Amino acid sequence: MEWLMWFSKPENTKPLALIIFFVTFIGIVIYVYGSKKRSAKLESYRDIPFLDDQPGDQDGTKDKQ
Amino acid sequence: MAVTTYSGAEQYNFDIVKKFAIMSLVWAVIGMFVGVYIASELAWPFLNFDSPYFSFGRFRPVHTTTVIFGFGGSALFATSYYVVQRTCQTRLISDGMASFTFWGWMAIIVLADISYVLGHTQSREYAEMEWPIDILIEVVWVTYLILFVGTIMRRKQPHIYVANWFYLAFILATALLHTFNNLAMPIDLFSMKSYSLFSGTQDAMVQWWYGHNAVGFFLTAAFLGMMYYFVPKQAGRPIYSYRLSIVHFWALSFMYMWVGAHHLHWTALPDWTSSLAAAFSILLLMPSWGGMINGIMTLSGAWDKLRTDPVMRFMIVALSFYGMSTFEGPMMSLKEVNALSHYTDWTVGHVHSGALGWVAMITFGSLYHMMPKLWDTKIYSNKLVEAHFWLATIGIVLYIVAMWISGITQGLMWRSFDEFGNLQYSFVESVVAMMPFYAMRAIGGMFFLTGTVLMTVNMFMTIRQGKRESAALDARLAAKMAHA
Repeated sequence: MEWLMWFSKPENTKPLALIIFFVTFIGIVIYVYGSKKRSAKLESYRDIPFLDDQPGDQDGTKDKQ
Repeated sequence: MAVTTYSGAEQYNFDIVKKFAIMSLVWAVIGMFVGVYIASELAWPFLNFDSPYFSFGRFRPVHTTTVIFGFGGSALFATSYYVVQRTCQTRLISDGMASFTFWGWMAIIVLADISYVLGHTQSREYAEMEWPIDILIEVVWVTYLILFVGTIMRRKQPHIYVANWFYLAFILATALLHTFNNLAMPIDLFSMKSYSLFSGTQDAMVQWWYGHNAVGFFLTAAFLGMMYYFVPKQAGRPIYSYRLSIVHFWALSFMYMWVGAHHLHWTALPDWTSSLAAAFSILLLMPSWGGMINGIMTLSGAWDKLRTDPVMRFMIVALSFYGMSTFEGPMMSLKEVNALSHYTDWTVGHVHSGALGWVAMITFGSLYHMMPKLWDTKIYSNKLVEAHFWLATIGIVLYIVAMWISGITQGLMWRSFDEFGNLQYSFVESVVAMMPFYAMRAIGGMFFLTGTVLMTVNMFMTIRQGKRESAALDARLAAKMAHA
């Protein structure tokens, strides 16, 4: 269990945390912007709020049916 | 993506959305009225009437609780229930649980306000409720979490729309913050009084970890969820960049958790802790502005809507204030700036540029969009919306400018020394110098409150109009059936 003591020192955990979080962030950015196919798929989700529109939702002239 | 055609109110539970939306406006009027009253007490102290029940100290948490949790909280319950149902294309998993969250939340606000006026407080900012109310909040909030997650789990749409991510982060983070900040020991089972489990610097750390994340997750992430649904809907075009919204979400959620200690610069806190908080506050500028740009650019190609659509104007001005206050915040978190701004009215001005400019304006815009749809009608009066917009905007500007001048003056007076090294001004001299600005702030608040009253009247008339139209339609239908 001696190795756990390594984590008790801020001079070790600070750069470790920096590396973990920085790599995670870069990973998210690569995931989001790294592939054209995935980008197109992600951007298609923009339309979700409009998928269950009621008739006349956009122009404010709703048909009261 | 799954496409589901909207098939009327039976498909969704809109009853709960209506209840929360109405109460949001009721609490807005009450909370803002109390805000104007306490602002007036500072400008015209006779309004304290030498009574503890009318004192600033007791009314201040009534104001903050009623506007943050009553107005803001009810608006978040309403819009989150609306957005999760419509973007997941499914009904809330339980009408009973939804109803419980409504009555529970209303009871919390009423009990909290009464307890403050009677003098019960934990003295923790934005968490003044004593332990019995805290337990009720815990129960209601866990029910809300189960209801929201359960609804997402039975969605018909395979992808979870980004607005729901923001709402979920807000619900989860608030549960965490509320639980740990309110760990306390009651002095007796039948007493309202309790003592915090933490003490000294740790107590201050926990309080501001809670306090700033209440701003970050309750007043920012959740209202960003509102923004990501209602801005595209009102603009009639999808969000500018879905990928940017993903980066915005993760960066914001991660960074906010670290910044609370910037409220404790130049205190007994370890220096590295407040430096870390300042560094993350500066970094936070990037996701905040990324989100603002994403929202504003949604209007790209349809800027004319800003001229023609007053509801859209509310939303874009809200995003502009979001950008301004998320620039001002990191700036104030710098230790040198904070040395001047801390404990002054500048902080109060900053909070209100976020609370009135961002939170209230995006809520007004979203409610103006949602409420006519809930009652299946149009807005009763667009002229009243227009008037509301200008009253609110003028009110905010008066408020913020007054607090900027007042705050910087205070900071400069407190740090002035004469040639002998003594303080140049007594504290009371700085208070006297503030008086014109306190009056100006109260007047700004009155403008804002008047706008909110106009909105409440407008929405009341909209609901009445919707009910009348619906009744007329039912009558026509019944007559047709009788003749058939």
